[in-house]
Amino acid sequence: MKKNLRSKVVLIVAVLVVCIYGIVGVPSGVSGNALMEAVGQRIHLGLDLRGGVHLILQVVVKEAVSAETDNTVGQIEQALKTANLSFTQVYKPDPTKQPQLIRIEGTAPAQAATVRSTLDTKYSNEYDLAGGGADNTWTLTMKPSVVTALEQKTDEQAIETIRDRVDSLGVSEPLIQQYGLGDNQILVELPGISDVDRVKGIIQDTSRLEIHAVVGGPYKDEQEAAASVGGAIPPDDILVHFSGMVSGGSESDSVYVLQRPYIVGGQDFRSADPGTDQNGRRNVRFTLTNEAGDKFYDYTSKNVGQSMAVVMGGSVREVATIQSAIRDSGEITGSFTPAEVERLSKILRTGALPASLIYLEDRTVGATLGADSIHKGVMAAVVGIVVVMAFMLFYYRGSGINADLALIFNLVILLGFMGVSTATLTLPGIAGVILTIGMGVDSNVLIFERIREEVRAGKAAAAAVDQGFAHAWVTIIDTHVTTIVSAAILFMFGTGPVKGFATTLTIGLLANLFTAVFVSRVIFDAHLNKLKPGEPLSI
Amino acid sequence: MGFESRRYFKIDRDRNEREGKEQVELFRGVNVDWLRLKWGFLGFSLIFSVAGIVAMGWNWSHIGSPVPLGVDFRGGTQVQLKFVQLPDLNAIRQAIAAAGIKDANVVTYDDAAYDEVLISLPEQKDETSLDAGRQQIEDALKAHYANPIIPAGTKVDVVGPTVGHQLESKAALATLYSMLGMLVYLWFRFQLIYGVAAVVACFHDTLITVGAFALTGQEISLTVIAAILTLVGYSMNDTIVVFDRIRENLRLSRRESLPDVVNRSINQTLSRTVLTSGLTFLTVLSLFIFGGPVLRGFSFALVVGILIGTYSSIAVAAPMLVAWQQWRGQGKATTLPAARRSKA
Repeated sequence: MKKNLRSKVVLIVAVLVVCIYGIVGVPSGVSGNALMEAVGQRIHLGLDLRGGVHLILQVVVKEAVSAETDNTVGQIEQALKTANLSFTQVYKPDPTKQPQLIRIEGTAPAQAATVRSTLDTKYSNEYDLAGGGADNTWTLTMKPSVVTALEQKTDEQAIETIRDRVDSLGVSEPLIQQYGLGDNQILVELPGISDVDRVKGIIQDTSRLEIHAVVGGPYKDEQEAAASVGGAIPPDDILVHFSGMVSGGSESDSVYVLQRPYIVGGQDFRSADPGTDQNGRRNVRFTLTNEAGDKFYDYTSKNVGQSMAVVMGGSVREVATIQSAIRDSGEITGSFTPAEVERLSKILRTGALPASLIYLEDRTVGATLGADSIHKGVMAAVVGIVVVMAFMLFYYRGSGINADLALIFNLVILLGFMGVSTATLTLPGIAGVILTIGMGVDSNVLIFERIREEVRAGKAAAAAVDQGFAHAWVTIIDTHVTTIVSAAILFMFGTGPVKGFATTLTIGLLANLFTAVFVSRVIFDAHLNKLKPGEPLSI
Repeated sequence: MGFESRRYFKIDRDRNEREGKEQVELFRGVNVDWLRLKWGFLGFSLIFSVAGIVAMGWNWSHIGSPVPLGVDFRGGTQVQLKFVQLPDLNAIRQAIAAAGIKDANVVTYDDAAYDEVLISLPEQKDETSLDAGRQQIEDALKAHYANPIIPAGTKVDVVGPTVGHQLESKAALATLYSMLGMLVYLWFRFQLIYGVAAVVACFHDTLITVGAFALTGQEISLTVIAAILTLVGYSMNDTIVVFDRIRENLRLSRRESLPDVVNRSINQTLSRTVLTSGLTFLTVLSLFIFGGPVLRGFSFALVVGILIGTYSSIAVAAPMLVAWQQWRGQGKATTLPAARRSKA
């Protein structure tokens, strides 16, 4: 009985065409070079093969939490004052280790109930309130769920900011995403870049601009500054060195005592542009967001005559006296260099990092190393294929041709998928291709051995093929599932190169189900159609 | 082996002779009593496992970890440099020492390419000084060594302690999850005892493979972990082929004793077990020989693992089924749960 294979053959040819298109696209010519170029454009190479920079950064999320509670401290003070409730101070008892804690001290015992209701109505969504006993002290602790949400938001903001900054480098196909291994880590992959220092400089630019209220200063050194506030720095104050140029032009190393919570900072800036003031000095003109503008107006209108310090990159760049209330736009005239002004306005435009970053891992691969790896990988693959194919021909004779065709088809599908999808080919990925050859041909062996067994049991060629496929199919599914399960776990666990391996191996084995079972079967059937009844199968 | 199966092979040979057909075939009509060899297998497995464990213990006391860890896990700085002229390792060592860099390890990167050198520095305690090592090495070489490097041939890996330790635990977890996944799948497809036997065999393979790294002093890197995880999946394959056949044979001949069924199943599947592993082994061997130094550890793990994995599906997994039945039945003629019916 002859089988009609036309629809199956059409399907196979269609898949073949799609995959070849996936590998080479529409090449500019048919010469070897044009083809190689086309392949190079279709298949995305991983960092290890094309060279580039790979970074893992830790977002110091505590800083974001701290900034948020700083904000709340100001709001609480305001709220208590508005409600005419007395208190001695609102502060953070341990700003570095436990930024989520806020303490209020010295409320009046008679007003305890009102204090509680004031705090409850305003902050019970974000904070847990405790205290209010005989010691007239209250503690607000940011809820863990709020902390988590804030950390998540910080990570997302950091990723956005890094993406904006990397885009300014003009890297093609950068990868910036949350990194799976630890909390609050970001993975950055920049193909084709080798100057890691420049990349890091731009990503980690600490040009966070903040405006703080000045408590006192300038002082000659830290000791003197500390002495001015009674020997020890209160938790709500910080010491910051001055690092600009004083009006006289000489470099000065003086120290200021500033209030820890900033008046405006980080995310409060809406835009910033470099410019010059009427005296021709370089400045940065900024615009604040509406909310921050209101806050800034509030502060400046109440503190006319007081000093504010502009802090950038951890040092005081300018100290200015508040002349009049400022709302949402202003200028910073500091001792900036042209490059600094340019950078500052760029950074402010792309958004400041919500928290600082720490480098956890940093890998750079030179471009020629990748080429060398490709060469070796391809060499190993070619040798592997030739050996396996030769063996199949030797061992299974006529059916070996069948297996070899299926194997080639398997590779074509695998590479076609790599070309069509955004999956990247890494060096371990090439190893995955090579393993696919070895593991893929296993399916053929399982089927062929079973067919041989059926032939030996006395079955005719067609029946033996039928039974062989039917029995081996179950085993093939089982073996593929186990390998793909471990590859999937590898995909979740691994990064970059290793992920590339898991990808090629998984796709290769999935394609193998199609080639070794379906395609190989069609080839057998086509061959059986030509066999005379009773003629043995070459296997 | 029973009478029935001997006849089975005889028919087969007769038929082949009658048809005058030439077939290349491994192990035609083998009839080995594998279960009788179980003490030998046990001894063999024990020797290799214990050797690996001893090597791991020795490493533990000497280098602080059971196997030498690559920069991925150990943390630290590793700089791979390609020089214009053939580099002189001692000159490089002196140049680095002259710059005051301590504990640097300088070796030729690849035995085949002498122009490349690998310089490693130990883990930085502090995340902020991560980058210092790389800069120091480059400066030291610029200042004290006249042979310039080729920038495009440079590879730098700087791994902080946080990531390294995270990876370590994740790698162990991933291997564990992988095995658990196998157990559950085999439980679902066969029976719990089949899953347990296969996972024990698989653990045996992993242990011996990692032991081989400990014995030979090769570093375990991320890609080696990838190889080991792949092995967890692949070493299942041969086991499943044998188990599938045991299941089929148990259904077909319920009167035959389990040891006979297991022996017959191993013998029937022997050539495909050896062929499939052999072919995969050939490709991995080609990777080991031609794939270059980056993949050497990876392919070494697979070369060792595939050999052990094939052995263990015959020598560990299948005998365990029999041992389990004998232990449960205490000599009574209970048979192994015939496994769930396969749909095929």
